[in-house]
Amino acid sequence: MEFIRPDVNINFMGRRWIAIGLSLLVILIAIASLLYHRGPRYGIDFAGGLLVQVRFQQPTTAAQIREAFRGTDLPQPIVQHAWEIGEKGQHEYIIRLDLRKGTPEALTQAVRKALVSHFGSNALEVRRVEMVGPKVGRDLRVKGIKSIIFALIGILIYISWRFEFKFACGAVLALIHDVMITIGAFSITNKEINLPIVAAFLAIIGYSLNDTIVVYDRIRENRKKYRRMPFTDVINRSINETLSRTILTSGTTLLVVVALFFLGGGVIHDFAFALLVGILVGTYSSIFIASPVVIFWQGRKERKGKGVPQAA
Amino acid sequence: MKLELKWRGIIIAVVILLAIFYIGPSLTEDLPGVWKNYAKKIHLGLDLRGGTHLLLRVKAEEAVQNAVGQMAGDLKDILLKEKVRFVSLEAKGREVEVTLLNPAQEGDLMDLVNRHYPDLEPVATTEAQGRLRIRFILSPKEADRIKENAVKQALETIRNRLDPQGVKELDIIAQGADRILIQLPGIEDVERAKQMIKRVALLEFKIVDREHSLEEALRGKVPKGSEILYTSELDPRTGKRRRGSPILVKKQTLLTGDMLDRARVEFDQFGNPRIAISFNSKGAKLFDRIASANVGKELAIILDGTVYSHPVIRQRHYGGNAVIEGRFTLDEARDLAVVLKAGSLPAPVEIEEERTVGPSLGRDSIRAGLISMIVGMTAVVLFMAFYYQAAGLVADFVLLLNVLLIMAVMASLRATLTLPGIAGIILTIGMAVDANVLIFERVREELRAGKTFRAALDAGYSRAFLTIIDANVTTFIAGVVLFQFGTGPIRGFAVTLCIGIAASLFTAVFVSRTIFDYFLIQRKVAKIRI
Repeated sequence: MEFIRPDVNINFMGRRWIAIGLSLLVILIAIASLLYHRGPRYGIDFAGGLLVQVRFQQPTTAAQIREAFRGTDLPQPIVQHAWEIGEKGQHEYIIRLDLRKGTPEALTQAVRKALVSHFGSNALEVRRVEMVGPKVGRDLRVKGIKSIIFALIGILIYISWRFEFKFACGAVLALIHDVMITIGAFSITNKEINLPIVAAFLAIIGYSLNDTIVVYDRIRENRKKYRRMPFTDVINRSINETLSRTILTSGTTLLVVVALFFLGGGVIHDFAFALLVGILVGTYSSIFIASPVVIFWQGRKERKGKGVPQAA
Repeated sequence: MKLELKWRGIIIAVVILLAIFYIGPSLTEDLPGVWKNYAKKIHLGLDLRGGTHLLLRVKAEEAVQNAVGQMAGDLKDILLKEKVRFVSLEAKGREVEVTLLNPAQEGDLMDLVNRHYPDLEPVATTEAQGRLRIRFILSPKEADRIKENAVKQALETIRNRLDPQGVKELDIIAQGADRILIQLPGIEDVERAKQMIKRVALLEFKIVDREHSLEEALRGKVPKGSEILYTSELDPRTGKRRRGSPILVKKQTLLTGDMLDRARVEFDQFGNPRIAISFNSKGAKLFDRIASANVGKELAIILDGTVYSHPVIRQRHYGGNAVIEGRFTLDEARDLAVVLKAGSLPAPVEIEEERTVGPSLGRDSIRAGLISMIVGMTAVVLFMAFYYQAAGLVADFVLLLNVLLIMAVMASLRATLTLPGIAGIILTIGMAVDANVLIFERVREELRAGKTFRAALDAGYSRAFLTIIDANVTTFIAGVVLFQFGTGPIRGFAVTLCIGIAASLFTAVFVSRTIFDYFLIQRKVAKIRI
């Protein structure tokens, strides 16, 4: 069985300007959304705060929960039905508070008390509490950003060693492209960025790179094979030859990610969403972003009169 | 060639047996004891089995300042004894400031400080109105040592409080310079545990000051050498403790809880719980000395700055036994006894992060994770069999083996499986077939180029191998970085991702090739549908 015919020959590189234009447009939208929302929406892992997930025995509304807080000196909570983040529990809510007032742990205790005294201790079950102090949040944010930067540097070094520096640049630009768009997707859908999402970003980086390297590898091979062929044609040929594999792997990975997205439950839901966007964008970028960058680099070199491209 | 195939087969068989050996205890309890001794169940993270994760910060700077305060107090005594006269001597943060009456005694002061407190370094000397003011600062090295000790001691103290018998499987580790990470699996009353952890539990004995008027002191004229403290009362309406009545006590601490030997709950004649404490022999002697010197006076028993009781001292010998009364509830008294016995914290701690997952949510997460794993895997397995037919079945077999290997390696390394970790395994399933897709697509290409199946297979494997290595090493880099910087559940993701990559290299390249070779060489099959 074949999805992609073996003699497929799409002129990807001929359409690279359209693709780059499209990418730039999407990135601009992402940036616009980030500016509009004043930066990414950090979840409590990075912003600090309190999250309590509560399951009620009886049907309960968000308004009733807010009611429980009214008599107290607690700040007004954000109450969200748990199905909004993919939890199927019927009377399950997620309550969030920021930590501007009082010490974080006094707050945790006060929230428990407010809920129990309003609804009674048998009417509800506290299923999850997450409290992150502002200092820890800042530390985690720094760590998260550092981890992405160090991963990118490590990858840059490895690809420069295995291929050439210009390939490494193409790959890293493609990765930045993928992460930017995924962050944009989070901003547009108003989803929070938490620790697992940073892990998802790194998984996307790993995945997208996987894709890019398969194409690069074929380019390296074909450059030796077709020494007389113009560089752009070599790239086109390589992308077409690996197209079937690219589509298949994305397909199988998407199959499992979709399963995670719909069935994985609350905490995994946003994680799977990040992967879903990232894998789609990553597949696209290894065709339309990573390779054109190499062409531009090469083209600049040729214009400078360094002659025909040399085989790697 | 045949022999080589045999050896490869043996290697694979051994790996599979080992994997089954390690995975066994996680699947069933019903195994011989020897087996269960060597292979353990997969270690589940708190997010899956329920529990509390706490990150504490030890306010170690306070331990440093306390130490400086202690030095200043002792230095006062030394200077008085050595007749170095001073106008004032105060501790301010990490500094001690001494103002001498007679500037000529500067040399004596320097000598004494240098001899007794070599870690106090003079920073500045100023002269004003004929008086010499000298500032000393604690050396940064000594301050760091105190901080380090404070964290270490806090860690031990907290461990003793949470697990006095030393039987529980608790994870309490230092993190960074001043943080302590506590993992409490399956805990019922989180708030109570937090109270036990947080309590400084500094027990002090001081003499109640009845020579001065409390009213005067409350009006702001606190006599030198005394201070106002408050008793603690139980609010009958809310059941919570609140500040009681003021009481004037002498500032000097006569005895602290460090010489405590035992603390247990007992009941008074009305059946109210109280805490009986006894001192070790050194403490008992000191206690008796204090008692004999203060017969008829009241001894305030102070815990964390609150006066719990202030009985009158009636005899000279108490044998090192005392009782703390304070209208405790039974739980309160029990916790307090444990805390007192474990000792006081060298510095206050602050809970900076708490993550609690209830057991029911943990179970739900495991179920959701398993369901999505089964659904995702079934989809991939069906797809591969459909698309690549016979070769697809080989890929499916190695995929299942891959998942088995990841689990087995996790179990054998005692790595922690978390919810993101499950997501990592599921992601690996999607990516593990990539190696086989790469190989199979290549084999198809070679077949189209007119090669025989054997030759195409050879070419497919050898050409795709480098690509697979390059592609996996880069993902591995991302995984290692994630492990380095990640915390808690994220590390679980990094671990499964890295193990998954290693396992998929073995299964998708080595194992699948061996299976093909078995059919081609041993069974003399000419062609396999791909």
